[in-house]
Parts: sequence; structure tokens; C-alpha cells
Amino acid sequence: MKKDALRLMEVCGTHTMAIARFGIKKILPENVELISGPGCPVCVTHQADIDRAIATAALDGVVFTTFGDMMRVPGSSMRLMDLRQKGHDIRVVYSCMDALDIAAKNPKKKIIFMGVGFETTSPTVASTILDARRRKVKNFFILSNFKNIFPALNALASSKRVKIDGFICPGHVSVITGTRPYEILARKYKIPCVITGFDDTDIIEGIKELIKNIKDTSYKVSIAYKRAVNKAGNIEARRILASVFESCPAQWRGLGKIPESGLRLRKEFSSFDVAKIFNVKVSRPLVKRGCICADILQGIRSPGDCRLFKSVCNPENPIGPCMVSTEGTCAAFYKYGE
Amino acid sequence: MHELVGGLRREFSNKILDEMTDAACLDIDKKRIAFSTDSYVIKPVFFPGGDIGKLAVCGTVNDLSMMGARPFVLSLAFIIEEGFRISDLKRITRSIKANADRAGVKVVTGDIKVVEKHAADGIYINTSGIGVIGKDDCKVGRKAKAADAIIINGHIAEHGLAVLNARENFGFESDIRSDCANLNHIVEDCMRSVKKISVMRDLTRGGLATSLNEIALSSNVGIDVFEDRIPIREPVRRLCDALGFDPLYVANEGKFISFVSGKDVNRVKKAMGKYASVIGQVTDKHKKEVHLRTDLGTSRLVPMLEADQLPRIC
Repeated sequence: MKKDALRLMEVCGTHTMAIARFGIKKILPENVELISGPGCPVCVTHQADIDRAIATAALDGVVFTTFGDMMRVPGSSMRLMDLRQKGHDIRVVYSCMDALDIAAKNPKKKIIFMGVGFETTSPTVASTILDARRRKVKNFFILSNFKNIFPALNALASSKRVKIDGFICPGHVSVITGTRPYEILARKYKIPCVITGFDDTDIIEGIKELIKNIKDTSYKVSIAYKRAVNKAGNIEARRILASVFESCPAQWRGLGKIPESGLRLRKEFSSFDVAKIFNVKVSRPLVKRGCICADILQGIRSPGDCRLFKSVCNPENPIGPCMVSTEGTCAAFYKYGE
Repeated sequence: MHELVGGLRREFSNKILDEMTDAACLDIDKKRIAFSTDSYVIKPVFFPGGDIGKLAVCGTVNDLSMMGARPFVLSLAFIIEEGFRISDLKRITRSIKANADRAGVKVVTGDIKVVEKHAADGIYINTSGIGVIGKDDCKVGRKAKAADAIIINGHIAEHGLAVLNARENFGFESDIRSDCANLNHIVEDCMRSVKKISVMRDLTRGGLATSLNEIALSSNVGIDVFEDRIPIREPVRRLCDALGFDPLYVANEGKFISFVSGKDVNRVKKAMGKYASVIGQVTDKHKKEVHLRTDLGTSRLVPMLEADQLPRIC
């Protein structure tokens, strides 16, 4: 860490990749440092939740569906991909709606959708569950690993382990949430925020705006992605989300247990809830020795600090989720160089 | 995947196979022959801009052309799942005939196997092809050399997106169509315009980035490319953005790159058509690596594709 450098943390996996892909760090002044936070939903999914997903997928009579990235995330003893090779019916879907369609076409099978994601993704799942109820699809179940990003931002902002001068905030999450959660965060911790998009010019404009906000000590929240984000956000999406899900504590890889940071199905939707319908037990999770994904997700260390990076851990043989995920910090560093 | 292919290749290792080119070049009775094979398993079998039959002809014709050979004949083998519609099979065979005629090649031998339901997924096709390399033809080499210019014949990433959008039914309204096409006639124009081409490669699965990396590795050179010179249509760029895909790694089926000396650039570029672009240069620095100069003016690595790209989660 450069002494006296401004430390700007981005908390979105797409930003992590875009910053690496455009080589943005190379054109910043020496006293501005970009660090990656827990913005990759695959990466922050706790090892115990990965193991639970794999144990669920191994149940008899189940068709297990999930996003592609999850297939290669290492559990304590295997990956979903390994289980599929043993003959279990595990399918990659591009959206929760695809899983519902599978359920509707296969009424004798139990279709489970395991979802990860933040506020961009969870409303679409909520909407799909409402659709399932409307269509009276009884063989469709959700294993929720969805999270709210703001409790994690609060945990980082209040942490003494990492110095953060400003947050580069995720454009798509903000389309849903609007600016209010960031305003509360910025006022409480005196850390300004800028919401930006994913083009090279979006990101540079966002960084410029954030540095300005830091220097004038305004601790404000700016939108540098006005073509998609407005102050109010998507009220209807939040209403649908709140009608199906409620907040609960969740374990985050690296950050530990954070109150109100997870999403679980409300009681009236328990017939869709894997946690209520299926009895799945998992042992204490094992984390590979030497893996420092937990520290990388908090911005405390970078992939170059990991002794496994490149030598043992690479996209063909990933040890931790930060390398597996297409939006993981280690995957970005590996692919595009530091 | 690279390890799997490498392992199988080592099993059969010989001087010809180890060159790892698009087609094998053989000297038979003082004639130089190119021989190539490929199998096609695409889903869906019909997609905007093409079908599995067209792909089966163009893919093998193009592999032969990349060696500087004139494609001459094809073999054609089908593996068909029981229950596959006869009307679809007829449509595919008509497409094969039309595209073979367009390329000027004949299907001279073939085979059909029908397997029981669920033993295959619809239809698989294999084509093998033979082409002739004339003695007086332009010399097409196997390796790039420092200072070679790199020319591409047009816009990238169209085939992969057209097929993915058709297969997964994302619901995007787009006019993106596969660029699947025979390249032999354009290649013959290029070969008539100059005496030597260092190497040519058609871009298929893994996209432009993969082909550049393969050539950098096999030629032991570095490659510099410029982002603002790589032709990408705006709808393609936008769909890649929406899905979180890097267009450099998206599949093509009607694009190729040629590596030529500086003095030959203008002639070859003209022969490669109106959308051709000089996208970069070979260097003796950073050997075995491909570097991209971004629109921002920064430089970054373009590594080999490690796993298939997946649409973004959020």
C-alpha cells in the first residue's frame, strides 16, 4: 500500500474485470490506488454454502440448476462439475426463469435453483417465484444465497483492517436501490461514494468525481451513470423483492457473519424453500491451505500476495472462488496482469 | 481443453501432426496435398446466417485454404439420432450441396449412421477435405516473423453471438447473423497478389484472441494488436457488453487473419475485401504473448482463453 495514497474501493465484480481489461490502473496518478472489495457474488459465497449446494445437488430425484460460474467453485471435497460427471442432473441456466420452465416441463422431478447475486439479481428471482405460484408449479425450489451489498459495505467502512477513502459503487445494483443506502453510509462513515457504469469512460469519470468528492470533504453520493441510475431506483423491483424475501444474517467469505445481509424466503413461500423442504446436512467446511481469498475480498491483500497465485491456482485449476469466478479479482489479475 | 488435445496429439506424435496447423500438408508422388478433418455438433442446427451443413462445408474448406491449398473434394459423414426430422435433414443436405458448389468442391464419399434415441443429440456431421497446393502458387508458411503486419478480413464475434442468442433464447432483438462463409476464393485472391504469406489462420471457436495466441506460441514471437483497429459492429459490441463477453474470444466462422511483410500489406489488404483492417504487428519482444493497446492508450495482456465465457450474473 502506497503511503498517503487515496484508496478507492470498487465493490462490483464487473468493475473489477473492466478496470483490469481497460488497464485503468496504469493511467491513474501514483497517489490513487484502486482496491477490489467483496463485489463478486460467487466469491463471497461462504464455503459452507458451497458445500450445502453440492450436498443438495447430490440428493436423489433432484435436477439442480445454477449459474455457470458456480459449477467450478471448489467445495470442501468436490465441485458441482465433478458431481455432474458422476451422473447427477446438474444444469447451467442463464436465469431463474429457465429453471422454472424446466420445472413446468418436468412435473415429476424436483427442480432446484441455487442463486447467488446481489440486488440486481434477487428481484428477478422474486418475480419468478411469484410466477411459479401463479402457474401453480409445485416442483420448483430455491436455494437462496442472495445477499444485500450494503451491510457488507458498512462492515468494511467500520473495519480497522482496511483504509477506504471512497467507494466506487456498482451501476446495476444502484439501478435497483437508488442512492439512499449509499447516502446513509457516506454520512455515517464520512466516505463519499460514486455510482458508475462499466465503459472505460464511465469508470474514469466516476473516479474523477470520487476524487473531487474526497478532496472537497463533501462525503456525498454522486451518480456518474445517469443514463441508467436515478436517485429513487426501481421502486417496483424493490417491492417485488420485499414481498417474497426478507433479510436475515448471512456468512460472507472473508467478512464473517453480517446481520441483515442475506435473503431468505418469507414464511408464505416456504413451499419453495429448499431450507424448509429438504434435509441437507454438511460438515464443517475445509478451506485450502494457503488460499487468501478471504483477505483479497476485503481489499487487505492482493492476488500477487498469494503464494498459490499462478503457481498452483489458475483458471484451469482454481483453488479459491476469486480465481473461479469470471468476475473474481484473481481471475482478473491472472487474465490481464496486475 | 488444451491439455486434453495436447495429450491426444502426443499419443500420435509425428512431424506432420506436431506442426499443429489447420490442415496436414503431405507430399504424395511429387504433389503437395493438404488434408483436414473436423466434426460439427452445433446447437441449434439452424441459426441466423447458417446451419450445421453450411458450417460443415465452410469449416473444412477454410482449414484447407489456410494452408494455401485449393480445396478439391470432401467426405461427409452423418451420425443422426433416431427421430430427427427428415425435413430438417433434407434442408441440411441442400445447404451442404449449395455451399459445396459455391466453394467449387465435390462431396465424393460419405457415410450415415442412425443411432437410437438419446444416443446422440440430433445430428453430428464430420467432413474431411483434400486440397492441392500448386508448385507455382504463393508460398504460405507456418510461422509469423517479426515485423509482419496482421490483417483481418472483417468484423468479429458475429457467429458466436448469433448462435448463443438463438440457442438460449435470451430475448434480445438483434440482426446479428453468423458470418459463416467459404474463404477459399478470397484466399486465392490474396495468393495471386503476393509471392509469400507468412501464415494464415481462420478464426473459429475461441475467437481472434485464441488464434493470435496460437500463432504467437507456435512462431515464438510477440504480437501487438490495436483495439481501435479491430472491426466490431456496434450491435455486437452492445450485446457483448450486455452479456459481459469479451468480443476477442467470441467465435467466428468467416474470418481469417493473414501475416504478411510490410511491403505486401496494401495488396493483401485489398484482396481481403472492403472491411479488411490491419490490426497489429509481430514483434520480437514479449515472445509468446499477445498485447493489446486499448482505446485508452494503455496496454494489456490478451491471454489464451481458459474456459468458455459465461454471461454475467449481475
